[in-house]
Amino acid sequence: MTCRELIEFLADYLQHELAPGELAEFDRHLAGCRACANYLHTYRDAVALGRAVLRPDEDEIPPEVPAALVEAVLAARRQRPN
Amino acid sequence: MTADSVDPAEAALLAGLRAGDDKAFEQLVHVHGGRMLSAARRLLRVEQDAQDAVQDALLSVSRSIGRFEGGSRLNTWLHRIVVNAALMKLRTRRRKDEVLIDDLLPRFMEDGHALEPALPWSESAEALAQRGETAQLVRDSIDTLPETYRVVLMLRDIEELDTAEVAAVLGITPNAVKIRLHRARQALRTLLDPHFRERHP
Repeated sequence: MTCRELIEFLADYLQHELAPGELAEFDRHLAGCRACANYLHTYRDAVALGRAVLRPDEDEIPPEVPAALVEAVLAARRQRPN
Repeated sequence: MTADSVDPAEAALLAGLRAGDDKAFEQLVHVHGGRMLSAARRLLRVEQDAQDAVQDALLSVSRSIGRFEGGSRLNTWLHRIVVNAALMKLRTRRRKDEVLIDDLLPRFMEDGHALEPALPWSESAEALAQRGETAQLVRDSIDTLPETYRVVLMLRDIEELDTAEVAAVLGITPNAVKIRLHRARQALRTLLDPHFRERHP
């Protein structure tokens, strides 16, 4: 397996979707290739940072609905009820 | 409706909505509109578009409440509807000048070795997330992604729809979702890399 192939298979690897033969090759390459190991870690970290920054916190209090939006929605529904 | 897992306030709200009750609809707007607005803002980033999408979504809820099956959580159902409304809005928007995804993907030599071997980042993701400038940097980087890739990354990694759901809302195959997600993540990594890379003396 080359570096190019390893990076192509990365998403499947992280999803545990590689076939056993592919997985063995993937692991063998990874064990001997510092650049691919670095790539794997930083790829994972990029995904984690996206989530850390943007994913809503379950406990977060949702924003107030702006009064103008409430008015607009109610008016639009009155115009075309159900 | 099954009684075992449904919260009584939600059941009352649903009954009111199904009966076409104005007060129930108003309550829906106040109780659930904020969370819907958050999702629309994440996807659309333009306040007026986000509010328009929430309005479209709420009207759609009012029309289709009969189709809501008590089995899934109301929150989840509303989230799907506002995501759909936001995607409709995105389709009507003119694209800004976009970078090409290929320019953000790793490059390789003939023999399959990386042209620029990846270096480690200086700190863990947890530590980087604590840095003051990280949030803005990550937001800006995601915003830089070409729209078709940004949307898939947002829907899968942030809004947490599964591959099949994303395929259905975007009208593409599950395999195309997987490919776009992988490219989007690689591109995000490329954009963040110069900021977080370990510096060698």
